[in-house]
Amino acid sequence: MSNRLINWFRFASPHNFYPLAGKMIPVFWALAALFGIAGLWMGFFVAPTDAQQGEGYRIIFVHVPASWLSMFIYMVMATWSAIGLSLNARLSSMMAQALAPTGALMAFLSLWTGAFWGKPMWGTWWVWDARLTSELILFFLYLGFMALQASIDDPRRADKAGAIVALVGAVNVPIIYFSVKWWNTLHQGSSVNLAKSSMAVTMLWGMLLMALCMWMYSVAIALTRVRTIILEREAHTEWVLQLDEVKA
Amino acid sequence: MSPILAIVRRDLLMVMRRKSEVLTALFFFVIVTSLFPLGIGPEPTLLRKIAPGVLWVAALLATMLGLQRMFAADHADGTLEQMAISPTPLVMLVVGKIGAHWLVSGLPLVLVAPVLGIQFDLDASALGVLVVALLLGTPLLSLIGSIGAALTLGVRGGGVLLSLLVLPLFIPALIFGAGAVEAHISGLGAGGHLSLLAAMLALAVFFAPWATTAALRIALE
Repeated sequence: MSNRLINWFRFASPHNFYPLAGKMIPVFWALAALFGIAGLWMGFFVAPTDAQQGEGYRIIFVHVPASWLSMFIYMVMATWSAIGLSLNARLSSMMAQALAPTGALMAFLSLWTGAFWGKPMWGTWWVWDARLTSELILFFLYLGFMALQASIDDPRRADKAGAIVALVGAVNVPIIYFSVKWWNTLHQGSSVNLAKSSMAVTMLWGMLLMALCMWMYSVAIALTRVRTIILEREAHTEWVLQLDEVKA
Repeated sequence: MSPILAIVRRDLLMVMRRKSEVLTALFFFVIVTSLFPLGIGPEPTLLRKIAPGVLWVAALLATMLGLQRMFAADHADGTLEQMAISPTPLVMLVVGKIGAHWLVSGLPLVLVAPVLGIQFDLDASALGVLVVALLLGTPLLSLIGSIGAALTLGVRGGGVLLSLLVLPLFIPALIFGAGAVEAHISGLGAGGHLSLLAAMLALAVFFAPWATTAALRIALE
């Protein structure tokens, strides 16, 4: 048991994780490309044209995965932050920091493609619907996290302060979601009915494949970013100076 | 209980010696709310409709003004470090500081809000709901805000950063606070909104001081 524990924590050290991440990145890129090609092919050529929404609905193959990932990445980020804060593990905090820009990108993509979808379908770029509003607030939370980390010079202090923001945000996201939802229903009754009208199986598959593609992309890009962060923060150590890419 | 009261008394005493800070936030609240009728027009039905939202948004912004100063002076002169190493748990002292902040920047808003509500042509019962909602909501703002204030302590561009961090978290308070008055005016009854506001306050009273204390300890490292 103790042996396995030691192996498990082996990669908690940036020194050991750096080469491992380097090996994992191409795998995740390959998976992202594979799922992406399959998903796009399903989305554009296999999935039938929607009876009510025409061809425009195909934007959901980007929109829905981006929304899922924006929320999922926030959860992962908060989890890494909690681990970083409670175990005082440097690498966990670096992971949280590396995930934030990707999460913000996904939230932005979700809002952006949502607007493109809303214009032809609902006739408006934006409605104060519960989902849209809470996605926007999620985007603000990502920005707050990144802004706070960027403005603190000491990286360890930035990690911990960011972790508290991420955790407070994680507690607040459900509260914000429900408050916006109730506010919306009290105001105007739901003007937007998102209830899916029995989605075709191929559409669902296309969406799932695209979600996998974007998930793998997020992992690959976060690992790339965490490698950069490791190099930046560990620049003074001997093992970084011995790396081939640093020597060159 | 006595350490909390001691901190509250100390902070109030310090504020009484520099009254301008309290008055600035209060007058900010009064001026901002008075700008809206000038910008939108004096039509009473329109004003009645926007009154709860305008008063609440102005209250949020006025609370933000004082937040930055919640810990800054104590941090600058080392008092905060003495508090952190004192035998009294830091979280008790933090509760005291949050309480003092509310007494200084939240309570005056509650007291002056009915007068501003009259400017917006709200009737007496709506004013009553507004006061109750603010009475429940402004401590919530102080509690949530204290987390942001502690996190941005001694950070570059703290003021702007503080609003970026804290304002999204204020949204539930805004929704139910302003919603309570609107629901009352439209005849739905404000009970549900006020209960939710009270529930969030109870939650924040329990959790926010701990988060603030953790953030302060990080800032003091």
